[in-house]
Amino acid sequence: MDTFLQQLFNGLFLGAIYALIALGYTMVYGILRFINFAHGEVYMVGAYVAYFAASMLLPLFGAGWLAFLLLLIIAMLACALLGVGIEWTVYRPLRHRPRLTVLITAIGVSLFLQYGGQSWLGAAPRAFPTLLPKSTVSLGPVQATNLQIVVLVTTLVLMLALRFFVMKTKLGKAMRAVSHNVQAASLMGINNDRVISVTFAVGSALAAAAGVLYAINYPTINPLMGLMPGLKAFVAAVLGGIGNIPGAAVGGLVLGIVETFAGGSPLLSPYRDAIAFGLLVLLLLFKPGGLLGKATVEKV
Amino acid sequence: MLEVRNLKVSYGQIEALHGVSISVEEGKIVTLIGANGAGKTTLLRALSGLIPVEAGEVELHGERITKEKPHKRVARGLAHVPEGRMVFANLSIAENLEMGAYLRKDKTAIAEDLDFVYELFPRLKERISQLAGTLSGGEQQMLAIGRALLSKPQCLMLDEPSLGIAPILTRNIFDQIVEINKQRGLTILLVEQNVNLALEISSYGYVIETGNLLFDGPAEELRKDPRVLEAYMGG
Repeated sequence: MDTFLQQLFNGLFLGAIYALIALGYTMVYGILRFINFAHGEVYMVGAYVAYFAASMLLPLFGAGWLAFLLLLIIAMLACALLGVGIEWTVYRPLRHRPRLTVLITAIGVSLFLQYGGQSWLGAAPRAFPTLLPKSTVSLGPVQATNLQIVVLVTTLVLMLALRFFVMKTKLGKAMRAVSHNVQAASLMGINNDRVISVTFAVGSALAAAAGVLYAINYPTINPLMGLMPGLKAFVAAVLGGIGNIPGAAVGGLVLGIVETFAGGSPLLSPYRDAIAFGLLVLLLLFKPGGLLGKATVEKV
Repeated sequence: MLEVRNLKVSYGQIEALHGVSISVEEGKIVTLIGANGAGKTTLLRALSGLIPVEAGEVELHGERITKEKPHKRVARGLAHVPEGRMVFANLSIAENLEMGAYLRKDKTAIAEDLDFVYELFPRLKERISQLAGTLSGGEQQMLAIGRALLSKPQCLMLDEPSLGIAPILTRNIFDQIVEINKQRGLTILLVEQNVNLALEISSYGYVIETGNLLFDGPAEELRKDPRVLEAYMGG
Protein backbone atom coordinates (compact mmCIF):
# COMPACT_ATOMS: atom_id res chain seq x y z
CA MET A 1 0.00 0.00 0.00
CA ASP A 2 2.80 2.37 0.92
CA THR A 3 4.55 1.64 -2.35
CA PHE A 4 1.30 2.26 -4.15
CA LEU A 5 0.87 5.69 -2.56
CA GLN A 6 4.51 6.50 -3.15
CA GLN A 7 4.20 5.62 -6.83
CA LEU A 8 0.96 7.52 -7.08
CA PHE A 9 2.70 10.60 -5.73
CA ASN A 10 5.64 10.18 -8.11
CA GLY A 11 3.13 9.80 -10.92
CA LEU A 12 1.34 13.00 -9.94
CA PHE A 13 4.64 14.83 -10.00
CA LEU A 14 5.50 13.61 -13.51
CA GLY A 15 1.90 14.13 -14.60
CA ALA A 16 1.95 17.74 -13.44
CA ILE A 17 4.81 18.47 -15.86
CA TYR A 18 2.95 16.72 -18.70
CA ALA A 19 -0.24 18.54 -17.82
CA LEU A 20 1.38 21.97 -17.96
CA ILE A 21 2.75 21.25 -21.44
CA ALA A 22 -0.47 19.58 -22.58
CA LEU A 23 -2.47 22.72 -21.75
CA GLY A 24 -0.64 24.64 -24.47
CA TYR A 25 -1.30 21.96 -27.08
CA THR A 26 -4.96 21.82 -26.25
CA MET A 27 -5.50 25.60 -26.10
CA VAL A 28 -3.91 26.17 -29.49
CA TYR A 29 -5.84 23.24 -30.93
CA GLY A 30 -9.05 24.60 -29.46
CA ILE A 31 -8.60 27.85 -31.36
CA LEU A 32 -6.77 26.96 -34.56
CA ARG A 33 -7.52 23.22 -34.87
CA PHE A 34 -3.93 22.20 -35.41
CA ILE A 35 -1.25 20.58 -33.27
CA ASN A 36 1.62 22.96 -32.61
CA PHE A 37 4.39 20.36 -32.67
CA ALA A 38 6.94 23.03 -31.82
CA HIS A 39 5.38 23.27 -28.37
CA GLY A 40 7.79 20.77 -26.77
CA GLU A 41 10.67 22.96 -27.86
CA VAL A 42 9.14 25.96 -26.12
CA TYR A 43 9.42 23.89 -22.95
CA MET A 44 13.12 23.32 -23.74
CA VAL A 45 13.69 27.02 -24.41
CA GLY A 46 12.01 27.79 -21.09
CA ALA A 47 14.58 25.69 -19.27
CA TYR A 48 17.42 27.35 -21.20
CA VAL A 49 16.14 30.86 -20.56
CA ALA A 50 16.07 30.07 -16.84
CA TYR A 51 19.56 28.59 -17.12
CA PHE A 52 21.08 31.70 -18.72
CA ALA A 53 19.07 34.09 -16.56
CA ALA A 54 20.29 32.16 -13.51
CA SER A 55 23.91 32.71 -14.48
CA MET A 56 23.22 36.46 -14.39
CA LEU A 57 20.84 36.60 -11.44
CA LEU A 58 22.29 34.09 -8.99
CA PRO A 59 25.42 36.20 -8.34
CA LEU A 60 23.07 39.07 -7.46
CA PHE A 61 20.36 37.35 -5.46
CA GLY A 62 21.85 34.03 -4.49
CA ALA A 63 19.84 30.82 -4.63
CA GLY A 64 16.52 30.65 -2.89
CA TRP A 65 12.82 31.29 -3.31
CA LEU A 66 13.25 34.75 -4.75
CA ALA A 67 15.62 33.46 -7.43
CA PHE A 68 13.27 30.57 -8.21
CA LEU A 69 10.23 32.81 -8.61
CA LEU A 70 12.13 35.40 -10.63
CA LEU A 71 13.53 32.78 -13.00
CA LEU A 72 10.15 31.15 -13.35
CA ILE A 73 8.60 34.48 -14.32
CA ILE A 74 11.44 35.42 -16.67
CA ALA A 75 11.24 32.06 -18.45
CA MET A 76 7.46 32.32 -18.73
CA LEU A 77 7.60 35.85 -20.14
CA ALA A 78 10.38 35.01 -22.59
CA CYS A 79 8.53 31.97 -23.88
CA ALA A 80 5.27 33.86 -24.10
CA LEU A 81 7.09 36.18 -26.49
CA LEU A 82 8.62 33.21 -28.31
CA GLY A 83 5.21 31.59 -28.74
CA VAL A 84 3.66 34.80 -30.04
CA GLY A 85 6.66 35.27 -32.33
CA ILE A 86 6.39 31.77 -33.78
CA GLU A 87 2.69 32.23 -34.41
CA TRP A 88 3.20 35.65 -35.93
CA THR A 89 6.07 34.81 -38.25
CA VAL A 90 5.31 31.21 -39.17
CA TYR A 91 1.71 30.19 -38.59
CA ARG A 92 -0.13 33.43 -39.32
CA PRO A 93 0.95 33.65 -42.97
CA LEU A 94 -0.34 30.09 -43.37
CA ARG A 95 -3.64 30.75 -41.61
CA HIS A 96 -5.80 30.10 -44.64
CA ARG A 97 -3.76 27.26 -46.03
CA PRO A 98 -4.73 23.61 -45.59
CA ARG A 99 -4.24 22.39 -42.04
CA LEU A 100 -1.79 19.73 -43.17
CA THR A 101 0.51 22.48 -44.42
CA VAL A 102 0.48 24.12 -41.00
CA LEU A 103 1.06 20.80 -39.27
CA ILE A 104 4.12 19.99 -41.37
CA THR A 105 5.38 23.52 -40.79
CA ALA A 106 5.00 23.02 -37.04
CA ILE A 107 7.18 19.92 -37.25
CA GLY A 108 9.66 22.05 -39.21
CA VAL A 109 9.70 24.70 -36.47
CA SER A 110 10.20 21.95 -33.91
CA LEU A 111 13.22 20.53 -35.77
CA PHE A 112 14.56 24.04 -36.33
CA LEU A 113 14.50 24.78 -32.60
CA GLN A 114 15.98 21.39 -31.69
CA TYR A 115 18.90 21.49 -34.09
CA GLY A 116 19.23 25.25 -34.09
CA GLY A 117 19.54 24.83 -30.33
CA GLN A 118 22.21 22.17 -30.75
CA SER A 119 24.10 24.36 -33.15
CA TRP A 120 24.00 27.55 -31.04
CA LEU A 121 23.97 26.16 -27.53
CA GLY A 122 25.95 23.00 -28.12
CA ALA A 123 24.64 19.48 -27.97
CA ALA A 124 26.30 18.75 -24.62
CA PRO A 125 23.96 18.71 -21.65
CA ARG A 126 24.37 21.57 -19.20
CA ALA A 127 24.03 21.40 -15.46
CA PHE A 128 21.11 23.48 -14.24
CA PRO A 129 22.12 25.37 -11.09
CA THR A 130 20.58 24.53 -7.74
CA LEU A 131 17.94 27.12 -6.97
CA LEU A 132 16.41 25.51 -3.93
CA PRO A 133 18.36 23.09 -1.74
CA LYS A 134 16.82 19.67 -1.89
CA SER A 135 15.41 18.11 1.26
CA THR A 136 13.19 15.16 2.01
CA VAL A 137 9.73 15.57 3.43
CA SER A 138 7.52 12.82 4.80
CA LEU A 139 3.85 13.10 3.94
CA GLY A 140 2.45 10.19 5.92
CA PRO A 141 3.68 7.07 4.17
CA VAL A 142 4.95 9.02 1.17
CA GLN A 143 8.51 10.24 0.92
CA ALA A 144 8.68 13.39 -1.15
CA THR A 145 11.29 15.99 -1.85
CA ASN A 146 10.56 19.62 -1.25
CA LEU A 147 11.20 20.17 -4.96
CA GLN A 148 8.45 17.75 -5.94
CA ILE A 149 6.10 19.64 -3.70
CA VAL A 150 7.19 22.91 -5.32
CA VAL A 151 6.27 21.39 -8.69
CA LEU A 152 2.85 20.27 -7.52
CA VAL A 153 2.02 23.54 -5.81
CA THR A 154 3.25 25.70 -8.69
CA THR A 155 1.29 23.56 -11.15
CA LEU A 156 -1.84 23.84 -9.05
CA VAL A 157 -1.49 27.62 -8.77
CA LEU A 158 -0.93 27.99 -12.52
CA MET A 159 -3.89 25.78 -13.35
CA LEU A 160 -6.19 27.70 -11.02
CA ALA A 161 -4.96 30.96 -12.52
CA LEU A 162 -5.62 29.60 -16.01
CA ARG A 163 -9.06 28.45 -15.02
CA PHE A 164 -9.88 31.86 -13.61
CA PHE A 165 -8.55 33.54 -16.77
CA VAL A 166 -10.52 31.33 -19.15
CA MET A 167 -13.78 31.23 -17.21
CA LYS A 168 -14.03 34.65 -15.61
CA THR A 169 -12.16 37.28 -17.61
CA LYS A 170 -13.49 38.93 -20.73
CA LEU A 171 -10.47 37.88 -22.75
CA GLY A 172 -10.84 34.31 -21.51
CA LYS A 173 -14.49 34.28 -22.55
CA ALA A 174 -13.50 35.70 -25.91
CA MET A 175 -11.02 32.85 -26.21
CA ARG A 176 -13.79 30.33 -25.65
CA ALA A 177 -16.00 32.19 -28.12
CA VAL A 178 -13.28 32.13 -30.79
CA SER A 179 -12.67 28.44 -30.20
CA HIS A 180 -16.34 27.75 -30.77
CA ASN A 181 -16.88 29.90 -33.84
CA VAL A 182 -14.24 32.24 -35.25
CA GLN A 183 -16.62 34.07 -37.57
CA ALA A 184 -19.27 34.67 -34.96
CA ALA A 185 -16.55 35.93 -32.61
CA SER A 186 -15.40 38.48 -35.16
CA LEU A 187 -19.02 39.64 -35.49
CA MET A 188 -18.89 40.49 -31.77
CA GLY A 189 -16.01 42.84 -32.43
CA ILE A 190 -13.45 40.34 -31.12
CA ASN A 191 -10.08 40.72 -32.79
CA ASN A 192 -9.31 37.08 -33.57
CA ASP A 193 -5.64 37.71 -34.24
CA ARG A 194 -5.23 39.20 -30.81
CA VAL A 195 -6.99 36.30 -29.12
CA ILE A 196 -4.79 33.86 -31.03
CA SER A 197 -1.67 35.73 -29.88
CA VAL A 198 -2.84 35.62 -26.28
CA THR A 199 -3.51 31.89 -26.59
CA PHE A 200 0.01 31.24 -27.82
CA ALA A 201 1.44 33.48 -25.10
CA VAL A 202 -0.42 31.71 -22.29
CA GLY A 203 0.24 28.20 -23.61
CA SER A 204 3.92 28.92 -24.16
CA ALA A 205 4.32 30.46 -20.71
CA LEU A 206 2.88 27.30 -19.15
CA ALA A 207 5.31 25.16 -21.14
CA ALA A 208 8.17 27.36 -19.96
CA ALA A 209 7.04 26.88 -16.37
CA ALA A 210 7.09 23.12 -16.95
CA GLY A 211 10.63 23.43 -18.32
CA VAL A 212 11.85 25.27 -15.23
CA LEU A 213 10.04 22.89 -12.88
CA TYR A 214 11.60 19.93 -14.64
CA ALA A 215 15.05 21.50 -14.54
CA ILE A 216 15.04 22.12 -10.79
CA ASN A 217 14.30 18.42 -10.27
CA TYR A 218 16.44 16.84 -12.98
CA PRO A 219 19.18 19.41 -13.31
CA THR A 220 20.58 18.57 -16.71
CA ILE A 221 19.19 20.27 -19.76
CA ASN A 222 19.93 19.79 -23.46
CA PRO A 223 18.45 21.07 -26.71
CA LEU A 224 16.60 17.81 -27.39
CA MET A 225 15.00 17.62 -23.96
CA GLY A 226 11.66 18.85 -25.31
CA LEU A 227 11.16 15.99 -27.73
CA MET A 228 9.89 13.23 -25.43
CA PRO A 229 7.94 15.38 -22.93
CA GLY A 230 6.46 17.22 -25.92
CA LEU A 231 5.21 14.00 -27.46
CA LYS A 232 4.00 12.68 -24.11
CA ALA A 233 2.15 15.91 -23.41
CA PHE A 234 0.58 15.67 -26.86
CA VAL A 235 -0.60 12.17 -25.92
CA ALA A 236 -1.90 13.60 -22.64
CA ALA A 237 -3.82 16.33 -24.45
CA VAL A 238 -5.44 13.79 -26.78
CA LEU A 239 -6.03 11.46 -23.86
CA GLY A 240 -8.03 14.13 -22.05
CA GLY A 241 -9.85 15.25 -25.20
CA ILE A 242 -7.97 17.64 -27.46
CA GLY A 243 -9.28 21.17 -27.22
CA ASN A 244 -10.59 20.57 -23.70
CA ILE A 245 -8.63 22.46 -21.03
CA PRO A 246 -9.59 20.42 -17.94
CA GLY A 247 -9.06 17.37 -20.16
CA ALA A 248 -5.42 18.28 -20.73
CA ALA A 249 -4.84 18.52 -16.99
CA VAL A 250 -6.54 15.18 -16.35
CA GLY A 251 -4.80 13.54 -19.32
CA GLY A 252 -1.40 14.72 -18.08
CA LEU A 253 -1.97 13.36 -14.60
CA VAL A 254 -3.32 10.03 -15.88
CA LEU A 255 -0.38 9.61 -18.23
CA GLY A 256 2.15 10.51 -15.53
CA ILE A 257 0.61 8.01 -13.11
CA VAL A 258 0.36 5.19 -15.67
CA GLU A 259 3.91 5.77 -16.77
CA THR A 260 5.25 5.82 -13.22
CA PHE A 261 3.48 2.60 -12.30
CA ALA A 262 4.78 0.95 -15.46
CA GLY A 263 8.26 2.23 -14.70
CA GLY A 264 8.07 0.91 -11.15
CA SER A 265 7.34 -2.64 -12.19
CA PRO A 266 10.47 -4.57 -13.18
CA LEU A 267 8.50 -6.46 -15.79
CA LEU A 268 7.00 -3.40 -17.52
CA SER A 269 9.64 -0.78 -16.91
CA PRO A 270 11.50 -1.25 -20.23
CA TYR A 271 8.17 -0.59 -21.97
CA ARG A 272 7.08 2.57 -20.16
CA ASP A 273 7.17 4.76 -23.25
CA ALA A 274 5.53 2.04 -25.31
CA ILE A 275 2.78 1.89 -22.71
CA ALA A 276 2.26 5.65 -22.84
CA PHE A 277 1.91 5.64 -26.61
CA GLY A 278 -0.02 2.35 -26.54
CA LEU A 279 -2.51 4.12 -24.32
CA LEU A 280 -2.98 6.67 -27.09
CA VAL A 281 -3.63 3.93 -29.66
CA LEU A 282 -6.15 2.23 -27.39
CA LEU A 283 -7.90 5.49 -26.64
CA LEU A 284 -8.12 6.47 -30.28
CA LEU A 285 -9.59 3.04 -31.03
CA PHE A 286 -12.21 3.01 -28.30
CA LYS A 287 -12.87 6.58 -27.23
CA PRO A 288 -11.55 8.85 -29.97
CA GLY A 289 -12.95 11.97 -28.33
CA GLY A 290 -10.71 11.53 -25.29
CA LEU A 291 -11.59 11.11 -21.63
CA LEU A 292 -13.39 14.44 -21.25
CA GLY A 293 -13.91 15.35 -24.88
CA LYS A 294 -16.79 14.49 -27.09
CA ALA A 295 -16.37 12.76 -30.39
CA THR A 296 -16.84 15.04 -33.36
CA VAL A 297 -16.84 14.22 -37.01
CA GLU A 298 -13.90 15.69 -38.86
CA LYS A 299 -15.00 17.53 -41.97
CA VAL A 300 -12.66 16.62 -44.80
CA MET B 1 -26.89 54.87 -43.62
CA LEU B 2 -25.64 51.92 -45.64
CA GLU B 3 -24.67 52.34 -49.28
CA VAL B 4 -23.59 49.42 -51.43
CA ARG B 5 -22.34 50.15 -54.92
CA ASN B 6 -21.73 47.61 -57.62
CA LEU B 7 -20.59 44.90 -55.25
CA LYS B 8 -18.93 41.83 -56.72
CA VAL B 9 -18.08 38.75 -54.69
CA SER B 10 -16.59 35.46 -55.84
CA TYR B 11 -16.11 32.05 -54.33
CA GLY B 12 -12.98 30.87 -56.08
CA GLN B 13 -13.72 30.96 -59.79
CA ILE B 14 -17.43 31.39 -59.36
CA GLU B 15 -18.84 34.87 -59.11
CA ALA B 16 -21.72 34.91 -56.66
CA LEU B 17 -22.64 38.59 -56.83
CA HIS B 18 -22.32 40.33 -60.19
CA GLY B 19 -22.43 43.93 -59.11
CA VAL B 20 -25.23 44.63 -56.67
CA SER B 21 -26.14 48.12 -55.49
CA ILE B 22 -28.49 48.78 -52.61
CA SER B 23 -29.14 51.66 -50.30
CA VAL B 24 -30.50 51.38 -46.79
CA GLU B 25 -31.98 54.56 -45.37
CA GLU B 26 -31.53 55.47 -41.73
CA GLY B 27 -34.23 54.19 -39.38
CA LYS B 28 -35.88 52.00 -42.00
CA ILE B 29 -36.41 48.26 -42.28
CA VAL B 30 -35.27 47.09 -45.70
CA THR B 31 -35.71 43.55 -47.00
CA LEU B 32 -33.73 41.48 -49.47
CA ILE B 33 -35.91 39.03 -51.32
CA GLY B 34 -34.72 36.17 -53.44
CA ALA B 35 -34.75 32.41 -53.86
CA ASN B 36 -32.26 30.08 -52.25
CA GLY B 37 -28.81 30.67 -53.70
CA ALA B 38 -29.70 34.12 -55.02
CA GLY B 39 -26.83 35.65 -53.07
CA LYS B 40 -28.61 37.30 -50.13
CA THR B 41 -26.49 35.64 -47.47
CA THR B 42 -23.38 36.30 -49.54
CA LEU B 43 -24.28 39.97 -49.67
CA LEU B 44 -24.71 40.21 -45.90
CA ARG B 45 -21.46 38.32 -45.30
CA ALA B 46 -19.64 40.69 -47.62
CA LEU B 47 -21.15 43.68 -45.83
CA SER B 48 -19.96 42.50 -42.42
CA GLY B 49 -16.56 41.57 -43.82
CA LEU B 50 -16.75 37.80 -43.35
CA ILE B 51 -15.93 37.32 -47.02
CA PRO B 52 -13.75 39.57 -49.15
CA VAL B 53 -15.19 41.82 -51.81
CA GLU B 54 -13.81 41.66 -55.32
CA ALA B 55 -15.06 44.99 -56.59
CA GLY B 56 -17.44 47.73 -55.58
CA GLU B 57 -17.85 49.85 -52.48
CA VAL B 58 -19.52 49.59 -49.11
CA GLU B 59 -20.18 52.77 -47.20
CA LEU B 60 -21.51 53.11 -43.69
CA HIS B 61 -22.39 56.68 -42.67
CA GLY B 62 -20.58 57.87 -45.76
CA GLU B 63 -17.35 56.17 -44.68
CA ARG B 64 -15.81 53.48 -46.79
CA ILE B 65 -15.56 50.14 -44.99
CA THR B 66 -15.12 47.88 -48.01
CA LYS B 67 -11.78 46.48 -46.89
CA GLU B 68 -12.15 46.63 -43.12
CA LYS B 69 -11.96 43.57 -40.92
CA PRO B 70 -15.24 42.38 -39.38
CA HIS B 71 -14.40 43.45 -35.81
CA LYS B 72 -13.66 47.01 -36.99
CA ARG B 73 -17.05 47.20 -38.69
CA VAL B 74 -18.72 46.18 -35.44
CA ALA B 75 -16.95 49.10 -33.78
CA ARG B 76 -18.49 51.35 -36.44
CA GLY B 77 -21.99 50.25 -35.53
CA LEU B 78 -22.70 47.45 -37.98
CA ALA B 79 -24.09 44.26 -36.43
CA HIS B 80 -24.79 41.02 -38.25
CA VAL B 81 -26.97 38.19 -36.97
CA PRO B 82 -25.67 35.43 -39.22
CA GLU B 83 -27.58 32.63 -40.88
CA GLY B 84 -27.82 29.68 -38.54
CA ARG B 85 -27.57 32.04 -35.56
CA MET B 86 -24.04 30.99 -34.55
CA VAL B 87 -24.53 31.44 -30.84
CA PHE B 88 -21.59 30.32 -28.71
CA ALA B 89 -22.96 26.96 -27.62
CA ASN B 90 -20.18 26.50 -25.07
CA LEU B 91 -20.94 29.80 -23.33
CA SER B 92 -23.89 30.65 -21.09
CA ILE B 93 -26.64 33.02 -22.18
CA ALA B 94 -25.17 35.76 -19.99
CA GLU B 95 -21.69 35.18 -21.44
CA ASN B 96 -23.03 35.25 -25.00
CA LEU B 97 -24.64 38.60 -24.31
CA GLU B 98 -21.45 39.82 -22.66
CA MET B 99 -19.55 38.93 -25.83
CA GLY B 100 -22.05 41.05 -27.74
CA ALA B 101 -20.90 44.04 -25.69
CA TYR B 102 -17.24 43.06 -26.13
CA LEU B 103 -16.08 46.43 -27.43
CA ARG B 104 -18.05 48.56 -25.01
CA LYS B 105 -16.85 50.04 -21.74
CA ASP B 106 -19.97 52.03 -20.69
CA LYS B 107 -21.16 49.73 -17.91
CA THR B 108 -24.41 51.51 -17.05
CA ALA B 109 -25.50 51.76 -20.68
CA ILE B 110 -24.67 48.08 -21.18
CA ALA B 111 -26.87 47.20 -18.20
CA GLU B 112 -29.70 49.27 -19.73
CA ASP B 113 -29.33 47.52 -23.07
CA LEU B 114 -29.30 44.18 -21.28
CA ASP B 115 -32.60 45.09 -19.63
CA PHE B 116 -33.98 46.07 -23.03
CA VAL B 117 -33.00 42.69 -24.47
CA TYR B 118 -34.53 40.81 -21.53
CA GLU B 119 -37.69 42.86 -21.97
CA LEU B 120 -37.87 41.92 -25.64
CA PHE B 121 -37.10 38.27 -24.98
CA PRO B 122 -38.05 37.35 -21.39
CA ARG B 123 -37.23 33.70 -22.12
CA LEU B 124 -33.55 34.62 -22.17
CA LYS B 125 -33.70 36.03 -18.68
CA GLU B 126 -35.20 32.81 -17.35
CA ARG B 127 -32.27 30.83 -18.73
CA ILE B 128 -29.46 33.24 -17.98
CA SER B 129 -26.88 30.73 -16.73
CA GLN B 130 -27.81 27.94 -19.12
CA LEU B 131 -25.39 27.05 -21.92
CA ALA B 132 -26.56 28.50 -25.23
CA GLY B 133 -26.20 25.08 -26.86
CA THR B 134 -29.12 23.81 -24.78
CA LEU B 135 -31.58 26.39 -26.15
CA SER B 136 -34.21 25.68 -28.79
CA GLY B 137 -33.76 27.14 -32.26
CA GLY B 138 -36.14 30.00 -31.55
CA GLU B 139 -34.45 30.85 -28.27
CA GLN B 140 -31.07 30.77 -29.96
CA GLN B 141 -32.38 33.22 -32.52
CA MET B 142 -33.53 35.51 -29.72
CA LEU B 143 -30.11 35.22 -28.14
CA ALA B 144 -28.37 35.95 -31.44
CA ILE B 145 -30.46 39.08 -31.93
CA GLY B 146 -29.99 40.16 -28.31
CA ARG B 147 -26.26 39.61 -28.57
CA ALA B 148 -26.10 41.75 -31.70
CA LEU B 149 -28.13 44.51 -29.99
CA LEU B 150 -25.62 44.64 -27.15
CA SER B 151 -22.95 45.88 -29.53
CA LYS B 152 -25.12 49.02 -29.69
CA PRO B 153 -25.36 48.97 -33.47
CA GLN B 154 -26.75 51.64 -35.72
CA CYS B 155 -27.43 49.17 -38.47
CA LEU B 156 -28.56 45.63 -37.78
CA MET B 157 -28.41 42.93 -40.45
CA LEU B 158 -30.59 39.85 -39.87
CA ASP B 159 -30.12 36.72 -41.95
CA GLU B 160 -33.15 34.42 -42.03
CA PRO B 161 -34.41 34.96 -38.48
CA SER B 162 -37.28 32.53 -39.12
CA LEU B 163 -35.14 29.65 -40.40
CA GLY B 164 -35.98 26.42 -38.61
CA ILE B 165 -38.16 28.08 -36.02
CA ALA B 166 -41.69 27.27 -34.89
CA PRO B 167 -44.24 29.60 -36.58
CA ILE B 168 -45.49 30.99 -33.25
CA LEU B 169 -41.98 32.01 -32.28
CA THR B 170 -41.38 33.49 -35.71
CA ARG B 171 -44.31 35.84 -35.21
CA ASN B 172 -42.95 36.84 -31.83
CA ILE B 173 -39.47 37.45 -33.16
CA PHE B 174 -40.78 39.61 -36.01
CA ASP B 175 -42.86 41.64 -33.59
CA GLN B 176 -39.73 42.26 -31.56
CA ILE B 177 -37.79 43.27 -34.68
CA VAL B 178 -40.40 45.94 -35.30
CA GLU B 179 -40.16 46.94 -31.64
CA ILE B 180 -36.37 47.29 -31.91
CA ASN B 181 -36.76 49.42 -35.00
CA LYS B 182 -39.38 51.64 -33.36
CA GLN B 183 -37.92 52.04 -29.90
CA ARG B 184 -34.29 52.37 -30.89
CA GLY B 185 -34.65 53.86 -34.32
CA LEU B 186 -32.35 51.13 -35.47
CA THR B 187 -31.81 50.66 -39.18
CA ILE B 188 -32.46 47.06 -40.18
CA LEU B 189 -31.45 45.10 -43.26
CA LEU B 190 -33.42 41.89 -43.34
CA VAL B 191 -33.00 38.72 -45.36
CA GLU B 192 -36.02 36.47 -45.08
CA GLN B 193 -37.54 33.49 -46.88
CA ASN B 194 -40.96 34.34 -45.57
CA VAL B 195 -41.45 37.17 -48.06
CA ASN B 196 -44.96 38.00 -46.94
CA LEU B 197 -43.92 38.53 -43.37
CA ALA B 198 -40.77 40.39 -44.35
CA LEU B 199 -42.56 42.87 -46.62
CA GLU B 200 -45.23 43.39 -43.98
CA ILE B 201 -42.72 44.90 -41.56
CA SER B 202 -40.43 46.55 -44.13
CA SER B 203 -40.65 49.87 -45.87
CA TYR B 204 -38.52 48.97 -48.87
CA GLY B 205 -37.39 45.84 -50.66
CA TYR B 206 -34.82 44.60 -53.14
CA VAL B 207 -35.31 41.49 -55.24
CA ILE B 208 -32.14 39.53 -56.01
CA GLU B 209 -31.79 36.60 -58.34
CA THR B 210 -28.63 34.61 -59.12
CA GLY B 211 -26.35 37.35 -57.98
CA ASN B 212 -28.11 40.22 -59.74
CA LEU B 213 -30.48 42.87 -58.54
CA LEU B 214 -33.73 42.38 -60.46
CA PHE B 215 -35.82 45.29 -59.21
CA ASP B 216 -36.65 47.18 -56.06
CA GLY B 217 -39.36 49.34 -54.61
CA PRO B 218 -41.41 50.30 -51.58
CA ALA B 219 -42.60 47.22 -49.68
CA GLU B 220 -46.25 48.21 -50.22
CA GLU B 221 -45.80 48.04 -53.99
CA LEU B 222 -43.70 44.88 -53.94
CA ARG B 223 -46.45 43.09 -52.04
CA LYS B 224 -48.81 43.72 -54.93
CA ASP B 225 -46.24 43.27 -57.68
CA PRO B 226 -47.22 40.27 -59.83
CA ARG B 227 -43.56 39.32 -60.28
CA VAL B 228 -43.10 39.04 -56.52
CA LEU B 229 -46.45 37.37 -55.99
CA GLU B 230 -45.72 34.75 -58.58
CA ALA B 231 -42.11 33.98 -57.78
CA TYR B 232 -41.94 34.29 -54.02
CA MET B 233 -45.42 34.10 -52.55
CA GLY B 234 -46.71 31.04 -54.29
CA GLY B 235 -48.84 32.99 -56.78
